[in-house]
Amino acid sequence: MNAQRAAWLFLAPALLVLGVFFLVPVIAALVLSLTDYDLYALANIHNLRFVALQNYWALLQRPLFWSALGHTVYFVAVGVPLSMGASLGAALLLNSPLARCKPFFRTALFAPVVTTVVATAVIWRYLFNTKYGWMNYVLGGLGIHPVDWLGDPHWAMPTIIAFAVWKNFGYNMIIFLAGLQAIPPDLYEAARIDGASAWRQFRHITWPLLGPTMLMVGILTVSGYFQLFAEPYVMTEGGPLQSTTSVLYLMYDEGFKWWNLGSASAVAFLLFVIMFGVTVLMLKLSRRGHHADGEPA
Amino acid sequence: MTPIAAIDRRRRLLRGMLMAGLMAGMPLLGSCARPAADSRVLTLWTVGREGEAILMLLPDFERAHPDIHVKVQQLPLTAAHQKLLTAFAGGSTPDLTQLGNTWLPEMVALDALEPLQARVDRSAVVRLDDYFASIWATNVIDGRLYGVPWYVDTRLLFYRRDLLKAAGFDAPPRDWAQWRQMLAALSDARRHSWGILLPTNEFEQLMSLALQQPDPLLRDGGRYGNFESAGFKRALAFYVDTFRLHQAPAITNVETGNPWSEFGRGVYAFYLSGPWNIGEFRKRLPAAQQDDWSTAPLPGPDSGGTGIGSAGGSSLVIFRASKHKDAAWTLIEYLSQPTVQQRFYDLLGDMPPRRSSWEGGALRDDPKARAFREQLEKARPTPAVPEWERIATEMQLVAARAVAGELTIDQAAAEIDQRVDQILEKRRWVLDHPRPAAERAR
Repeated sequence: MNAQRAAWLFLAPALLVLGVFFLVPVIAALVLSLTDYDLYALANIHNLRFVALQNYWALLQRPLFWSALGHTVYFVAVGVPLSMGASLGAALLLNSPLARCKPFFRTALFAPVVTTVVATAVIWRYLFNTKYGWMNYVLGGLGIHPVDWLGDPHWAMPTIIAFAVWKNFGYNMIIFLAGLQAIPPDLYEAARIDGASAWRQFRHITWPLLGPTMLMVGILTVSGYFQLFAEPYVMTEGGPLQSTTSVLYLMYDEGFKWWNLGSASAVAFLLFVIMFGVTVLMLKLSRRGHHADGEPA
Repeated sequence: MTPIAAIDRRRRLLRGMLMAGLMAGMPLLGSCARPAADSRVLTLWTVGREGEAILMLLPDFERAHPDIHVKVQQLPLTAAHQKLLTAFAGGSTPDLTQLGNTWLPEMVALDALEPLQARVDRSAVVRLDDYFASIWATNVIDGRLYGVPWYVDTRLLFYRRDLLKAAGFDAPPRDWAQWRQMLAALSDARRHSWGILLPTNEFEQLMSLALQQPDPLLRDGGRYGNFESAGFKRALAFYVDTFRLHQAPAITNVETGNPWSEFGRGVYAFYLSGPWNIGEFRKRLPAAQQDDWSTAPLPGPDSGGTGIGSAGGSSLVIFRASKHKDAAWTLIEYLSQPTVQQRFYDLLGDMPPRRSSWEGGALRDDPKARAFREQLEKARPTPAVPEWERIATEMQLVAARAVAGELTIDQAAAEIDQRVDQILEKRRWVLDHPRPAAERAR
């Protein structure tokens, strides 16, 4: 009893902070999402109407919400594997005993993560300019027609994905590098003595032992990529033809541009539900995969 | 003496000097603070480039009014709208601000602005009959005046005189038929030259064409969209046809890169834009090319409608919460003086909203500004509803889909009306439910 009270006492400061800065705002946002809080309500609170789930219902009927969700899922589905692949590849290269100048490359590959999005986006916008960009200049040298990277609705999202992957892969690379360094070298030694090829070493030692790291990186990256905002905000302003408008971008427009805070809160909760679902699914799948691998051993 | 003791002594000396400095500074600081507390400190927010120019105009004002000190905060255009609303929500509005006239109805709906009619009536400087009527009208909501126009903006044609002449046209177009003819003659897909540049993510161009029509853009007192009217469809069809006939590239302003040098190289013969580009073209095009370009009033659907365009720009408004309204009005009067407005134009190229300001200084004999002067007399205000900017944005999003060939003109017009009616739902409810305070408070 006494020990329990002491435990609560120790927890109290953390709970208080969490309650004030997390729980209360979340509940307030949930309540807000059930109202039509907007400019008129800001002027006079009597103009506030309780609309129950109408914000959600209106969103689900709005083509822009579905297309924004589609763009976000597209970004996640293509961007996350690419990003993790690039991170893992770079980590393997850096971890290789053959690699030289490791500290230099580690810093160089990590540099995009710590530079600001806005500054790098401006440079990328120049690189991918249709007429003057280096990208089309190089392609032109190979005899390929110029591509309207940021102006063509079909190419804008791939360009954004490339930018995001380049910008973010360094962070996961560091985590993977730590994971790789934690694998005991005697396992590789034993495998080499047994005559295992480099690929088989990767497949049967590196891959399974990197599993937990992979799961964590996967979940972090997916939830990060679902919150796509800064890249389209700086590079395309959600265009062309709203082809790079993500769910978060829609929320920003609704909430801060048009001041429909009720509807914007509804967007936020829908995105939360989706992200929560995807994370749970990933955890479930990984647990099942783990059992299948673990059982025979 | 040991080295450590020496360091210690030096440190003590340094601390002593610091303390002495602070003590000596105290009364000095105090003497600085006292007059500031007595005199009135006005906070003025500016949006975009105007903030830099106004810093040059303020010293004269502060010399004439030593008891008023003006603190200028410059907001970037992209963040200004959000910042104004947040400031209102948080009760931290400035004394006065520059406010774009499409944002004015919003601030009025919030009841954030001070009505100004009484002050104008008493003023010897701000005289209603000297202002361009439509610009003044954008500051009047439900019969009450809330702002004084500061500078004006209307969109019209910049054109390459030499290219038109080479194609056999001696004068710029007066109506749409002539305009279409010139666009056709000046566009050549093989040489990558286009008649005109109309960035597909800017609504001002289509809006200007739509304002030329007799039909209003909203109906029933701003309760519903009126985009399925014959007039709007005519404007939309002309706009979309310009792209379909390959007389304008379907690109956004993010991809235009450097429109000024491309205009100079003859990639575009026309450019539908605003007054600030007079300065840009003067600065960016070589001296030898300065005679090759000029400005012309926007061609009308027929020759009677030439020079009708949108009445845009910014006003100066005083917030209701301000404690220094008289001082704020003094500043507005100062900035409304014709001589000050002429200096403002020299600094920035922002065009003055009153006729007497056009009668002197650099503007009087400037041939490139003449078209603006002509058009300002005929400009038309945009609908004064708080939702206007969102409506115009949706209009342009749908229009861009029509440009891309996804929608026909009729479908696009119907789609705009549907979206606009949805946006205006709350407005209809607020207008049609005059609230009996007791019942709704429940």
